[in-house]
Amino acid sequence: MVLTPERLRRLALWWLVFLLPLLPLAWLVERALAMDLGADPAQAIVQFTGIWTLRLLFVTLAVTPLRLMFRWAWLQRYRRMFGLYTLFYAVVHLLAFATFILGWRPDLLLRELSERPYIIVGTLALLLLIPLGVTSTRGMQRRLGPKWAKLHRLVYLIALLAMLHFIWQIRSSFQEQLIYGLILAWLLGFRLWKRRRRSRGARRQTA
Amino acid sequence: MLIKKPDPIKASEITPEPIYRNRRLFMQGLAGSAALALSGGAAAIPAYDLDADAPRYPGPDWLQSKLRAGARNEALSTAEKPAPYVNVITHNNFYEFGTGKQDPSRKAQNFKTDPWSVEIAGEVDKPGTYALEDLLQPHGIEERIYRLRCVEAWSMVIPWMGFPLGDLLKRFGPTSRAKYVAFTTLLDPEQMPGQGGFFSTLDWPYVEGLRMDEAMHPLTLLAVGLYGNALPPQNGAPFRLVVPWKYGFKSIKSIVRIELTESMPVTTWNQTAPNEYGFYANVNPEVDHPRWSQATERRLPSSLFSPNIIDTKPFNGYGDQVASLYSGMDLRKWF
Repeated sequence: MVLTPERLRRLALWWLVFLLPLLPLAWLVERALAMDLGADPAQAIVQFTGIWTLRLLFVTLAVTPLRLMFRWAWLQRYRRMFGLYTLFYAVVHLLAFATFILGWRPDLLLRELSERPYIIVGTLALLLLIPLGVTSTRGMQRRLGPKWAKLHRLVYLIALLAMLHFIWQIRSSFQEQLIYGLILAWLLGFRLWKRRRRSRGARRQTA
Repeated sequence: MLIKKPDPIKASEITPEPIYRNRRLFMQGLAGSAALALSGGAAAIPAYDLDADAPRYPGPDWLQSKLRAGARNEALSTAEKPAPYVNVITHNNFYEFGTGKQDPSRKAQNFKTDPWSVEIAGEVDKPGTYALEDLLQPHGIEERIYRLRCVEAWSMVIPWMGFPLGDLLKRFGPTSRAKYVAFTTLLDPEQMPGQGGFFSTLDWPYVEGLRMDEAMHPLTLLAVGLYGNALPPQNGAPFRLVVPWKYGFKSIKSIVRIELTESMPVTTWNQTAPNEYGFYANVNPEVDHPRWSQATERRLPSSLFSPNIIDTKPFNGYGDQVASLYSGMDLRKWF
């Protein structure tokens, strides 16, 4: 295999996109090892991994609008990576909650998963992410054909559930939730707008 | 020990008997204990091993002799191990300085807490505005190690320095119409960035309240210090309430006004979310917060692989002393 400049550029970009989402986790581990997460490191870790799950989900959802707006065709190639990182952070988030906050106490796990609405919607969002992760390979994509796109539209529901999970934890300040909510509204609104324009264009053609 | 100068009000009048007796017991214990015979005689609080690089808060000059003269009230202190000093001063819910747990310790360092004045108002014989120094003058300070249970289901053990709220209220002559005590925190958006926030659902200033019998209860403390020093600004300096059997949000910080009222006062969290935060807010493992359980709590500091989960006790473990205040009340309704 010859390393042409083009291939080299692509390789460097791949590694960049692969390593970048690991930075927050590396920072967190470094702080935790330095015992620098305050009196309640458990809460700090759970909050941190939670917000990064949401951020990576938004990055994943931003691929399509950015690609279309700026004609960044190359971005499409990394959507799967962002999606898998979203799943990865979500799993770490849930494991951190179960380990550091609940200590894997079965009674507490059962109580939280059955009684706490914000825990239930958060868990549901994670469960729905799993089939998307499993079917993210090119082989599965080919095997599922048109059903693949349909299945992966679940991500919109997942985003709404994740947002609800976040909103449900507001104590008094809703600043963060408002900002994230507006970003999500744009990410979803862009798709609705595109679809309406497309169907209107199609109607005009058939007329 | 309590009052050094002659005062128009006798100690026996302002100090409830159980406390008075406790103190005597304590003094007797002191006399018999060689280990506690420290230099100077009065300083019965052990020298705490404070984290070397954590900031200290000596407080104003006029407070020094009081802090030094304070002894631990063993009878009203828990034997549980206090949280490390650095955790007590860096893990705070004080939304006036931001909603993050570490925001207050970052943003309150320049908060001006001396001079400080407090208004005593409402149904009292002697209303007026007093310099904090004058307000505290007749009161001796003692140490009480209390459990603090936050409504967010974490808890800490904290060695406070203070005196019973009831002692103070008695001095101002509550009238027969005084049924409640209403407290107000300083309103000063210049100094308290959280009060200027556009996105907060809380109304400022922060207000809290107690029923008169709760306010007069010997466990109800007005704190001016912790860990043998003055209160750090992030912990509610210079003058805050500590009600150990209620969720932490009842223990209002940086008080500028105390009003005795005939009707139940408005309280900040109750006004914001009445279905989530009651006026009473007694610690109760049986009554969950609508969004999370109150049956257990995480005792802080917690290390990562031992989350330190303990069962929450009714009235935060102070039921023997305070449950009788609520006899006959439906605590599910009056949560």
